[in-house]
Amino acid sequence: MKAAVIVFPGLNRDRDMIAALTKIGGVAPAVVWHQDADIPDVDLIVIPGGFSYGDYLRCGAIAARSPMMDKVRERAAKGTKVLGVCNGFQILIEAGLLPGALMRNTSLKFVCREVKLEVTNTDNAFTSGYAKGQIIRCPVAHHDGNYFADAETLAALEGDGRVAFRYAAGTNPNGSINNIAGILNAEKNVLGLMPHPENLIETAHGGIDGRALFAALLDKAA
Amino acid sequence: MKARVTVTLKAGVLDPQGQAIEGSLASLGFGGVKGVRQGKVFDLILDGTDVEAARTQLTGMCEKLLANTVIENYQIEISN
Repeated sequence: MKAAVIVFPGLNRDRDMIAALTKIGGVAPAVVWHQDADIPDVDLIVIPGGFSYGDYLRCGAIAARSPMMDKVRERAAKGTKVLGVCNGFQILIEAGLLPGALMRNTSLKFVCREVKLEVTNTDNAFTSGYAKGQIIRCPVAHHDGNYFADAETLAALEGDGRVAFRYAAGTNPNGSINNIAGILNAEKNVLGLMPHPENLIETAHGGIDGRALFAALLDKAA
Repeated sequence: MKARVTVTLKAGVLDPQGQAIEGSLASLGFGGVKGVRQGKVFDLILDGTDVEAARTQLTGMCEKLLANTVIENYQIEISN
């Protein structure tokens, strides 16, 4: 199982993501700069969090229109798994790989704290290491994580089991509709989520609740 | 040629920034404000004189980048 981490200017969670993939997978992922000619042949492409292009225009909007995202789109269409965390989720949405929009938090505040997540669906490559309905701890750190989609899109997401994670009761940090924290594409090979599972993978982090996501993706025991 | 693109949130999309501005206006003593919606304005300077060609191009820009059409509407004004 080979992984690649895509880095755009302004991302700042790339090192955390590389560390998580290396520690759990046992092999360092390929690190791909956005101007590199191509993405190596991998099974998993990860877009980490941060502030690509300074959040100019809309979060993720500029990175989403870069040639590198055309390459990510091609790989996703061929079935390669794609994971976007935080700004990575915003980039996947702006690139049209996932539906809906991520808007300013209703509190208007940057929220940096731990929340509880409900693993809503597990019939996909990303959350199969959890039990359906399991509540896990996970940190969040964002200003624009308020998920919004029109009624038709929302019905499709809910009806097709494409909501991967929901903020557990009372912990919604941003006003997200239906408490949505992470969603899948129709083929379930693309996942975007606002929380940071890569920041809760070893006891030094104070917990390992994020580990099962990477373990499942990398075919390793959690 | 000059163009102005105005991007606004669609009706029904929650605008917490607009609400915060509305609250701030009230606290400054500006009464009678029944709603505030925040948007964005882009001023562009374009080559050429063909207004219809410019409108087509600007529509493409709005659809592909300037607006997020999931949550936003856009309006294009062209002047010489």
